[in-house]
Amino acid sequence: MTASVTAGGKPRSAIPVLRVGDTLLVTVQIELHDAVADAFQEDLLVTIEKTGARGLIIDITGLDMVDSYVARVLADTGRMARLMGTDTVLVGMRPEVAATLVRMGYGMEGVRTALNVDEGLGLLHTLQG
Amino acid sequence: MTTQVMAQRELQIRCEDDIVLVRQAVRVMAQQLGFDAFATAAVTTAASELARNVWTHAGGGSALLEEIRLAGRRGVRMHFRDQGPGIADLGRALAGGFSTARSLGLGLSGSKRLVDEFNVESTVGKGTVVVVAKWARFSSTTG
Ligand SMILES: Nc1ncnc2c1ncn2[C@@H]1O[C@H](COP(=O)(O)OP(=O)(O)OP(=O)(O)O)[C@@H](O)[C@H]1O
Ligand SMILES: [Mg+2]
Repeated sequence: MTASVTAGGKPRSAIPVLRVGDTLLVTVQIELHDAVADAFQEDLLVTIEKTGARGLIIDITGLDMVDSYVARVLADTGRMARLMGTDTVLVGMRPEVAATLVRMGYGMEGVRTALNVDEGLGLLHTLQG
Repeated sequence: MTTQVMAQRELQIRCEDDIVLVRQAVRVMAQQLGFDAFATAAVTTAASELARNVWTHAGGGSALLEEIRLAGRRGVRMHFRDQGPGIADLGRALAGGFSTARSLGLGLSGSKRLVDEFNVESTVGKGTVVVVAKWARFSSTTG
């Protein structure tokens, strides 16, 4: 049921995207710094277009640190997908990451979140009726 | 009692990727000192914000990372130095929500909230030095 999908043939961001039905599942495990972040967003948007995915789940279980820069990249990615008509759910934020972001003043308002991939899929299901 | 420096390491911030190297070094140091996941995330995130400021606002500089000890407590102290333009209105920059880079302007004020000690010295035209420290939550009985 899953297939590895990459934009334009060549994944510049090297972040694997899995397709599950009409949802894309992205697991971020590497440090998202500038060059990688831009490529990540662009690859993802092209993949959404190519696959016609209605939902996007970004799993950040693998990130033990999310600074303001990465937080912005993640929130922006959701906004970009939203403009294309795709709902995004950010899942798997670790407790220490949530605590750090809120202490810094980044509440990530406007970003849909869920505890894990299962819950995220459920949320998308509800959203899309 | 004076703070003892047990070990130190200096890293240059000359490109974007160096920000990643700085926070990786800080993460390792925090874990070795027995910081819990919350304190590790806090100090690593502060390092990332401050190193990024050195890179984006000053075009580069350095990060001196120290393992410190005071009265049985252990911690990490970090000195971020640059010879960039300096911060003209330090009060405003520290209050948060102010950015000359059209960003959210929460890096400086946010990292201040993540550490136990925070000090900025900045001279316009000369550069900026930000020194922060974070202590392990429980004092170590070994060493
Ligand atoms: N090392 C530095 N040298 C010169 N100016 C600095 C330095 N660090 C911070 N500043 C100034 O202080 C302002 C606030 O810094 P802060 O990190 O809070 O926000 P920012 O970097 O603009 O945005 P972000 O929220 O993305 O970090 C900056 O916009 C910049 O003008
Ligand atoms: Mg900043």
